[in-house]
Amino acid sequence: MDSIQADIEAVYRRESRRVLATLLRLLNGNFDLAEEALQEAFVEAVKHWPAQGVPDNPRTWLVSVGRFKAIDQLRKRGRRDASVQRMIDTPGDQYTDWEAETDSAVGDDRLRLIFICCHPALSPEAQVALTLREACGLTTEAIAAAFLVPVSTLAQRIVRAKNKIRDAGIPYEVPGPADLPSRLAGVLQVIYLVFNEGYSASSGEALLQRELSAEALRLGRLLHELLAAPEVTGLLALMLLHDARQASRVNSEGDFVPLDEQDRSVWDQAQIQEGARLVTLALSGHPPGPFAVQAAIAALHTQAPCAAETDWAEIVGLYSLLLQLQPSPVIELNRAVAIAMGDGPSAGIDLIEHLERDGALGSYYLLPAGKADLYRRAGERDLALRAYRQALNLSSCRARMTRPPCSVRVRRCSACANWIWPPLRLRFMVQRPQREKTYEISVSGLLRRTENAAAVAGRMGCAEP
Amino acid sequence: MQQLSQDEWDALNRECIACVAGLQASGHFLEGAPLLSTDTATTVRVRDGGPMITDGPFAETKEQLAGFYMLEARDCNEAIRLAQKIPPARYGSVEIRPVRELMEEGNRK
Repeated sequence: MDSIQADIEAVYRRESRRVLATLLRLLNGNFDLAEEALQEAFVEAVKHWPAQGVPDNPRTWLVSVGRFKAIDQLRKRGRRDASVQRMIDTPGDQYTDWEAETDSAVGDDRLRLIFICCHPALSPEAQVALTLREACGLTTEAIAAAFLVPVSTLAQRIVRAKNKIRDAGIPYEVPGPADLPSRLAGVLQVIYLVFNEGYSASSGEALLQRELSAEALRLGRLLHELLAAPEVTGLLALMLLHDARQASRVNSEGDFVPLDEQDRSVWDQAQIQEGARLVTLALSGHPPGPFAVQAAIAALHTQAPCAAETDWAEIVGLYSLLLQLQPSPVIELNRAVAIAMGDGPSAGIDLIEHLERDGALGSYYLLPAGKADLYRRAGERDLALRAYRQALNLSSCRARMTRPPCSVRVRRCSACANWIWPPLRLRFMVQRPQREKTYEISVSGLLRRTENAAAVAGRMGCAEP
Repeated sequence: MQQLSQDEWDALNRECIACVAGLQASGHFLEGAPLLSTDTATTVRVRDGGPMITDGPFAETKEQLAGFYMLEARDCNEAIRLAQKIPPARYGSVEIRPVRELMEEGNRK
């Protein structure tokens, strides 16, 4: 009995998203009906499988039972609109085509599910919530906990999204070739956001946030399996390479460790190799996409035996390429930091000051934070402190707290270097516009360092005005 | 749009006429009309049983309705594809709204 219970649970974990995806197609994209049918199908499984054993093809069994349960439900509700009637009237075999369908058809259903969850007519928050709920199967409670919003808020977000899908007539389909590139970019952005949310979690207690990274990787792998476009490969590589450093990014006290101080011996070499292999594939796109280039930068970091031996010239070249693909002062800033790492702080400081005079990054706290770090390296203690205060002011006046600040512990040290890197325990997250967030992870630890410094400075400013 | 010269404005209007012709030919077009500028708008509200009539558009309107197209689309994705072809989408934005049927009762909220 226990073992059949475990079997059913295993089937649920392995198949429930596939079954849901197919039921959604059979039920014309009606989420409520399909979810209820999925649950009912598993209730039946719990009833019958202990005596009958697990069917040879549990997925087929579940889809079939789920479909009948949905038709029952529609009859009970007395819903008789044309499409429902057609489904009830049509002999079962027409709707059991999926039994004969290949894995690729089931794959198409899963793609449809991802594309509908990431539809641009839904708000970005709704896309993320719906993807985690429906495509990944996380519970509403788990998603709410990971994003530290009340369960009721998140539940409402998901309900509104489903209502919009129904009312606005958003179809359950994989976009055609004309729309695919832009829609795929939207899907990748959602996966990236989910990954980033997990990657940014700093505390060892934030296991839920870590799960987000794992889910994003799983989605990235699934998408890569189903739709191997170069940017899909690029994003998967980028996530694998960042995630490979996970064990070294946080120390035993839950504090961030900057890239050049990370213990490279605990990096996941198998994952690094897989990521590096995928980067090569991803770069074959003409021209390579931004995710592929960012992954290539991450790969160079993971391949360096130590920070000093990093191939900075190559990284600067990749940032230049990224700039051509995505002109942005933020990427220019990253490039300036990379140049400083290779050629010494003064070259970087000149570039950053030039950017500062342009004014495009006037309110961007990472600019003074980056400058401060370079001044520190150059031994310019006073200038470094001034730039840190600047970063602090910018970050604290525009940061919007999305979770209560709690247990921020800052150890002050007298030396400048330690002042910049006091160990701390962060259990808050500062919400920033999506665009900036995108770049935090794109810089593979470089700006992350400076960003940490600004966050520290920002917290100190808040705690001791 | 106010910054457009007369020639540019006329060119845009000719594009719109051509766009409508295209939508008619493809069978998507049901109805549509351009509207005069919001300087000509009058706003009517009924409060406490009496009318409140003010000149001008809704005070809270940031983006102004320049016209409407009523199109027949299979679903939201087709509507998005069609909306991309509407020339003023390059200047302002096109909002897509499903049409609601007015019924005696049981109306969708």
